[in-house]
Amino acid sequence: MGGVSVTDAVLPTWRDEEWRYADFTALETLAPESFGEWRDVEVAPGATWRECTVVGGSQPGLHRMRITIGEGGRAELFAVNAGADYTRVECVVRLAKGAHFEFGGVTIGGGEATREFVTRLEHAEPEATSNQVVRAVHWGTATGNFLGRIDVARDAQKTDAAQDFKGLLLERGASTNAKPELEIYADDVKCAHGAAIGQMDEMAGYYMAARGIPPEAARKLLVRAFIADAFAGLEDEGEQERLLEAALEVLGDAV
Amino acid sequence: MLQIDNLRASVGGTPILNGLSLSVNAGEIHAIMGPNGAGKSTLAYVLGGRPGYEVTGGSVSFGGQDLLAMEPHERAAAGMFLGFQYPVEIPGVSNVQFLREALNAQRKARGQEPLSGGDFLKLAREKAGLLRLDMDMLKRNVNVGFSGGEKKRAEMVQMGILDPQFAVLDETDSGLDIDALKIVGEGINAIMRKPDKAVLLITHYQRLLDYVKPDKVHVLAAGRIVKTGGPELAHQLESEGYEAVAA
Repeated sequence: MGGVSVTDAVLPTWRDEEWRYADFTALETLAPESFGEWRDVEVAPGATWRECTVVGGSQPGLHRMRITIGEGGRAELFAVNAGADYTRVECVVRLAKGAHFEFGGVTIGGGEATREFVTRLEHAEPEATSNQVVRAVHWGTATGNFLGRIDVARDAQKTDAAQDFKGLLLERGASTNAKPELEIYADDVKCAHGAAIGQMDEMAGYYMAARGIPPEAARKLLVRAFIADAFAGLEDEGEQERLLEAALEVLGDAV
Repeated sequence: MLQIDNLRASVGGTPILNGLSLSVNAGEIHAIMGPNGAGKSTLAYVLGGRPGYEVTGGSVSFGGQDLLAMEPHERAAAGMFLGFQYPVEIPGVSNVQFLREALNAQRKARGQEPLSGGDFLKLAREKAGLLRLDMDMLKRNVNVGFSGGEKKRAEMVQMGILDPQFAVLDETDSGLDIDALKIVGEGINAIMRKPDKAVLLITHYQRLLDYVKPDKVHVLAAGRIVKTGGPELAHQLESEGYEAVAA
């Protein structure tokens, strides 16, 4: 199941909804053909596929995948996006009857970088379910984005799709964008989405300090609690811990 | 152990404490009583170093150290415990995780080895038992979904685990039913009634003092101590009211 395919590269512009919060200055440094590179994953009917990944580096990066989930299959993607420059994780998913897609994502970091998750789910057939939880933690003048589109086809009755985004801004100047986009053509479906952006709970920080926990350790505990939701759907506790630690390692750079 | 001299403090530019002086020795329990708005909670937060509580004059010495020069977490490591009137909820962080992190941070600051997971759980179980709090409660997130009484008992479990030299307990009795009041009172005695420890109990009511007998009772009004006496002063306040006694 899988492989990399190269289709004709289509260069994005800021008019494209799916690219509207991207960093075009960073994108200009990429080779044009990289815009046509997709990794294809096919999940056979009834099969389960899971990937846990940490992406990011000092260069702009595109990580694009197309996942096709067969009838009753299950795909799970858990990702930490901690690039030091523009880093985009994009995922196009097609769900057949009774399939499930689980996505947990964390964007975290400071500096000036934009880090984003872009998902497009096609609930093509009835009774498929999906759950997406994204948490963004940023400081400096960094930006974290989640653009989540869900298309529910006309006969995809009993679709149950949930999307949840929360942003935590540690400093003035950092930002997050959440853009849920639901296109529903069936009438018997559940599509829930929520988005909230906030700051660190100062009283919780003080309560921890009053018990002897230094500010840096308190912040780490609070951020860990905040991002843990994204990986709550991951059953493998070892992998859960690996992703959380990878994300929290970046926090060391925060002021 | 704690020496407060002519302490002045403001919140949001408004003076709340206006020259408060108080001295608590090791082995003593002092109660501070006073009407709403007298500055009781402000005193607790100033001692605990809460941001936004600005000290504008005076000094506080704790075990010979300048308390006001210390960060809140350093005060805790030095042996100061602040019992919150409104314990804070921390979603996503369990009591066990929170308290183990807190205890080991304090131990590290004092140059002691961290406590292992097993030893910590044993200690936590013992202190939870003392306050008759189900150990399962400690596996839940800090104060999330706890009733008012459970929060106050959990605070005392925290105090038991952290084993401070000095505790400032800000209205620990508020929100407790009669049975819980007795449990909390006995808990305070078991944990803090020792020759090398001391307590400052801030309360509105005399009830808690039936269980935790104070050595001294102070009346706080308009940001200063206006009267000091023995336990009988609390009874007098209860029957005559603050206005009559403080006048």
